[in-house]
Amino acid sequence: MSPRLALFVPLIVFVVVAPFLWLALDRDPNELPSARIGEPFPAFSLPSLKHPEKLLNTADMRGQVALVNVWATWCYACRIEHAMLNELALEGVKIIGLNYKDNRQEATRWLNQLGDPYAFSIFDAQGSLGLDLGVYGAPETYLLDAEGIVQYRRVGVLDQRSWQREFAERYQLLVSGDVD
Amino acid sequence: MRAGMLFPAMVVLWSGLAFGQTEVVEFSDESLRPRYQQLIEELRCPKCQNQNLADSNSAIAVDLRLQIQSLLEQQNSNAEIKSYLAERYSDFILYRPLVDRRTLFLWAAPIFFMLFAATAMVLLLRRQRRISDDPGNDPQIVISDADQQRLAQLLNTRNDRR
Repeated sequence: MSPRLALFVPLIVFVVVAPFLWLALDRDPNELPSARIGEPFPAFSLPSLKHPEKLLNTADMRGQVALVNVWATWCYACRIEHAMLNELALEGVKIIGLNYKDNRQEATRWLNQLGDPYAFSIFDAQGSLGLDLGVYGAPETYLLDAEGIVQYRRVGVLDQRSWQREFAERYQLLVSGDVD
Repeated sequence: MRAGMLFPAMVVLWSGLAFGQTEVVEFSDESLRPRYQQLIEELRCPKCQNQNLADSNSAIAVDLRLQIQSLLEQQNSNAEIKSYLAERYSDFILYRPLVDRRTLFLWAAPIFFMLFAATAMVLLLRRQRRISDDPGNDPQIVISDADQQRLAQLLNTRNDRR
């Protein structure tokens, strides 16, 4: 190849790489994909929020396709998200709450006031389960299959748009795969 | 810069190392401290992603610093601690990407580009030197004999007029 033609190589490299960069522009660099995707929900032994004498563990996360929603009363965005969760629960979606580094009384009062979409809430006072899961900011929502394997994670408020874009199809696939 | 400016400038620039971490950290064994310091500077805050764990004030950074302290006290090696965190927060938490099959391209690419550029430059320069040594004989320029004669004539005439 003559040296002059060789000068076109950077242009060719750019043309090849550019579509990938263009696609990546859409992605929010702050949203980390969960390191736990494909893995079982981490082992834990923590009390239920509303029934402190009851100890919950990983077995309680299995049996049915479910969302795990990380929430807390100190998290303003969680309040915004709550109506959406109530709606989803009404539509039959099983949602498990992970009450993250919160105050038990305030959390219970919160649910009484705003409605409780959760099948149950895990009271993770220290955030130890959150750490094992890779939680870094509430609200977060995880999608678990019936075996309790983490299939997807969203960081940020769950609204209609993000439900449609990120969860609806995955959820349907898991649920229908289940019925067999 | 005046000599008198140097000391205050140093104080301002180096005090950046003290930001973020405000808690006092107690170790049962002081030899753990330099490892602690190194780890929290080498790990990214998952939430404030342009800060390391040493500089960030976010809740998760505080929690992770505590966790690293606890893991150090439990006699884990640096590699074990990094692997513990990467398992939960993905490789992104490590500022230095590991060198494996995926990242090899990332590491090698700059070297390849430089080699390529250097080669192209050398070849170009050599060709230019060849042409300037023997301007009538550039292999890239194809010109008929008649035109070549006209060219020689024109060039000679111009030189004479000067």
